[in-house]
Amino acid sequence: MTAPDKLHYTRDHEWVRLEGEIATIGITDHAQEELSDVVFVELPDLGDIDVGSPVAVVESVKAASDIYTPIAGEIIEINMDLVADPAKINTDPYEGGWIFKIRVSDPTQVNNLMDASSYIASVR
Amino acid sequence: MPVVYSSIIEEHQTVRKEVGVFDISHMGQVFVSGRSSTSWLNRMLGNDVASLEVGNAHYTFLLNEEGGVIDDLILYRLGDKNYLLVVNASKIEEDLDWLQKHGEEGVEILNDSSEWAGMAIQGRKACEAYFGASGGRTLPKRNGVDDLSLEGSRFIVCRTGYTGEDGFELFCPKSMASQWWEGFLAEGVKPCGLGSRDSLRLEMCYPLNGNDLTPERTPLEAGLGFFVALGKDEFVGGEALRKQKKEGLKKRLVAIEVTERGAPPRAGYPVLSENGEALGNLSSGGISPCSQKGIGLAYLPVASAKIGTKLAIEIRGKKISAQVVKKPFYKK
Repeated sequence: MTAPDKLHYTRDHEWVRLEGEIATIGITDHAQEELSDVVFVELPDLGDIDVGSPVAVVESVKAASDIYTPIAGEIIEINMDLVADPAKINTDPYEGGWIFKIRVSDPTQVNNLMDASSYIASVR
Repeated sequence: MPVVYSSIIEEHQTVRKEVGVFDISHMGQVFVSGRSSTSWLNRMLGNDVASLEVGNAHYTFLLNEEGGVIDDLILYRLGDKNYLLVVNASKIEEDLDWLQKHGEEGVEILNDSSEWAGMAIQGRKACEAYFGASGGRTLPKRNGVDDLSLEGSRFIVCRTGYTGEDGFELFCPKSMASQWWEGFLAEGVKPCGLGSRDSLRLEMCYPLNGNDLTPERTPLEAGLGFFVALGKDEFVGGEALRKQKKEGLKKRLVAIEVTERGAPPRAGYPVLSENGEALGNLSSGGISPCSQKGIGLAYLPVASAKIGTKLAIEIRGKKISAQVVKKPFYKK
């Protein structure tokens, strides 16, 4: 499994890429390996959201997994490419497989998340 | 056995196009023998044991008095008065309790499940794989059973399966399992997990015990009346089934296909009529790797069980359209 250095990670196997006040969120390589064969993604609605709310559902052949937002703010964009090609989450979890973008209310929220090495240690 | 070795969809397609092997060591092996074994089994099981020839196997049911399914199993006739029941792992204890409760003189029941390993080799190249791994043997015909030995160690092969493809199930002593498994892999057979076993059987509408078959449902409601010999002498559950057949079924297990894009249907999801009236719940569900469509099974009132009936499946509060289709979902 891979976990790029620049990203922030949650115990629920989401990653967060913070660029200015915009956070892009997806699920980790480890999570997609565990799920295998993603066949459907229920994307979030745009709008304000609190930390820990279930916002999306990633469905593999095996099971449905809720995705929680690790950061509060306003969901401003969702990855419509996943409608036609949900398997992007398997093939490109950190780039093409992103799920939603949030305009964060407070960028220091990411300090509560793990860095890559802590995340890797947590799943080993 | 793992749920998946590589990818459920890949493993599924391997079985549909080439050949895969499933570890089915969890399944139970119950041997029944003794002078009264045939007549006793014929009272205990739904299918007609007397008509099962030595060296053959058939699909059958262990039923309760109400005609409900305790377990579905494959009965192997190894000899005139020698039988092997291959039963579901989760039902071994329950089956044994039931059989022993109804036991009689002249019948010996041996649960040998802990001593045996098993694997199912499934796919169009299964024949060649068996030839290679068994030192040049050929498979018995469909539903045929061979009780053999390799290097002095017994193994039992039956040309059957749970995928809709040609193939066989092989049971051997635990100590020989890895040798057989490696032998098949050396023949190019790919290991497949429980996930693809489930998607393959669902495409064929083969029932999963505990989901599609329960003590509250009969084989007639499940559409499996072919495997119950209602015309034979008295058997456990027979009276209830004859009565049900005479009175007519109220529910049937139907195949449902999703007709719009949406999340995969899964077991437990509500099934509604076109007008939103609750009809039942999916007993199985998933995405068909072959058609990419959402598919499922549900017991529905007969009025809603006709092919072409428009339905809706409720997925997390959203309704997606679906319809009753002809079984099986997958046709070659």
